[in-house]
Amino acid sequence: MTTNANRDQFRPEDHPNDHFLLTTVVGSYPKPKWLNRAKELYEDPDHEFDADDWAEAKDDACRLITDEHERAGLDVVVDGEMRRNEMVEFFADRIDGYEFNGPVKGWGHNYFDKPSVVEEVEYDEPWLVDEFEFTSDVSERPVKVPITGPYTLGFWAFNEAYPSTEELVYDLADLVNEEVEKLVEAGARYIQIDEPALATTPEDHAIVGEALERIAAGIPEEVRIGLHVCYGDYSRVYPEVNDYPIDEFDIELSNGDYEQIPVLEEPELEPDLALGVVDAHTAEVESVEEIKRNIRQGLRVVPPEKLTISPDCGLKLLPRDIAYGKTENMVTAVREVEAEIDSGEIDLENPLADD
Amino acid sequence: MTDLVATTPGLFPLPDWAKAELSDLKGHQKGDLISGDEGPELQDAYDRARTEVVDAQTDAGLDRVVEGQLRWDDMLAHPLAVHDNVETRGIVRYYDNNNFYREPVVQDDLTFDGDVAAELDAAAEQVDDGLQAVLPGPYSLADLATDEHYGDETEFLHAVADFLAGEADAFPDVETLFLLEPSLVENAPSEGLDAEVPEAVTAVADAVDCEVVVHPYWGALDEKVYAHLLDADVDAVGFDFVADHEANLYNLQEYGATDDIALGLLDGQNTLVEEPEAINERVDWVFDNLPVAEFDTTYVTTNTETFYLPYSKFEAKVEAAADAVALAETEVQA
Repeated sequence: MTTNANRDQFRPEDHPNDHFLLTTVVGSYPKPKWLNRAKELYEDPDHEFDADDWAEAKDDACRLITDEHERAGLDVVVDGEMRRNEMVEFFADRIDGYEFNGPVKGWGHNYFDKPSVVEEVEYDEPWLVDEFEFTSDVSERPVKVPITGPYTLGFWAFNEAYPSTEELVYDLADLVNEEVEKLVEAGARYIQIDEPALATTPEDHAIVGEALERIAAGIPEEVRIGLHVCYGDYSRVYPEVNDYPIDEFDIELSNGDYEQIPVLEEPELEPDLALGVVDAHTAEVESVEEIKRNIRQGLRVVPPEKLTISPDCGLKLLPRDIAYGKTENMVTAVREVEAEIDSGEIDLENPLADD
Repeated sequence: MTDLVATTPGLFPLPDWAKAELSDLKGHQKGDLISGDEGPELQDAYDRARTEVVDAQTDAGLDRVVEGQLRWDDMLAHPLAVHDNVETRGIVRYYDNNNFYREPVVQDDLTFDGDVAAELDAAAEQVDDGLQAVLPGPYSLADLATDEHYGDETEFLHAVADFLAGEADAFPDVETLFLLEPSLVENAPSEGLDAEVPEAVTAVADAVDCEVVVHPYWGALDEKVYAHLLDADVDAVGFDFVADHEANLYNLQEYGATDDIALGLLDGQNTLVEEPEAINERVDWVFDNLPVAEFDTTYVTTNTETFYLPYSKFEAKVEAAADAVALAETEVQA
């Protein structure tokens, strides 16, 4: 069995199988209802629930969801992004140069406060260092830090200030690099850059590549940098992805029933594959058997030591019990698949055999 | 002298209260989106939201008023997404945007539905004159859908056109019909199919007794597609001068235009609100660059739908379009 040093640092000491498919989540997770209620109280000027109470509520939610991820058996956990409202909004709030004008539609009745960039963006306070330190303190497992990527932060905002959004993206990439340096200083070893916007405009893969080069500049080798993209036509960014300075390429494929797997088969995928195996937008928990079949799809593309397993995307829009059910079944399925690879029951040359 | 008409291509954002109320009533999953058979509570919320966007347009002084298409959860795919013989599957990306719609899969004949006509009937009660209908153009609607019934892309295109014609035939009296055709730019028809597009568009246009504008956007049409489109029996073709002014001007210079024209001059996807003076300068720029510019009617509009914008910025865009036309008319009189 070959090894993969960058990911083996996340292998638990008591891992039950010889093979190790790293299990993790993309990031977001449904917020407990009481957290939303606490937010309403905090935003109500007539209520005595104050900023300290609100901070305590968020800390409690982070403890709770980090623990929920551990209970589900994940190898690498996230705090479910309990402190974040939305993937662009949260960062735009912390970066000078953005302003907000109200919510806009994503799909159906899912909205976000799409901000406008009205002047040059600048780094002010650290964005995620406190969040990372808190989650690390309360977790037994390694912690991944998802960061919305500069391409998405640029293109999912209204650009009123820069002559081209590409220039805005590069300025933002330099800010993300500054943040990653601070996270690494604080002990972070697993960073995930979320670039869902790449799927909307895959012809811009070179801009994302240049932005990733800026983000990775000066970051030590052992720090795992993943790239998450979702809901796109991957044939339009592949094989260019192989030139990106990333350790892992994380994509949603369960939603499309793995029709795009052949895209990644030729040429060989260079970074590790993080494969989505449960749908983030259906409120039914997939069975362990179904998830195992999905995991085997990933083995068509990479060997086990290069396969990470996660849900398609952030689970935040699901009911919490469904999100937990999906995560728990996902881990169970992974451990069973590992055992079946160990025993030779799964033929790695033909992983879908007997299906 | 051309008659300037301030309008929009419809598909507005919901007012913020309606976003919250409808999201609570309907939910957040694929299966919670509009199906065409909403209960009274939902209908009431949409009625109130429709009144608000109709008022926003009349208060701003737009010359054409649309229903707003607030129920169109699946954007331009809506007329198929609510059809009984169409199954909606996974969510798929809406062109190159950070927006998604449910993939409509056509599984049986596209029979008459009446969903869009019912919306227009409701709007007609609130609009005295200048009511404008909005539909996806046949090519774009066919492009956004998946066909599992007709089996041939030409046959499917004409089936979609006949379906849209049937829907349009049921409309109340309207002044103008906008047929939105972004797919003609974004996913241009292949050789052979491009020659079928004018017939499909004409089929829809012939179903109504009003001015018909075909409005492609997100760039300029390929020359050949544009040349074919001019064969359609419509009053105006629209141009997205925000996304690509040079290529659109080239098409106009090389191939001429219809008797009327629609100019997409306000950016429907950016919060930066254009000044009325700047909009009029853009109108003049287009006309100054054409050897002959004698259009009977010139529609001044946002280039795209405006559901991408926060509601307050949508209102500001509508006002800017109306103010630009009002200002131009004052200057002519002065």
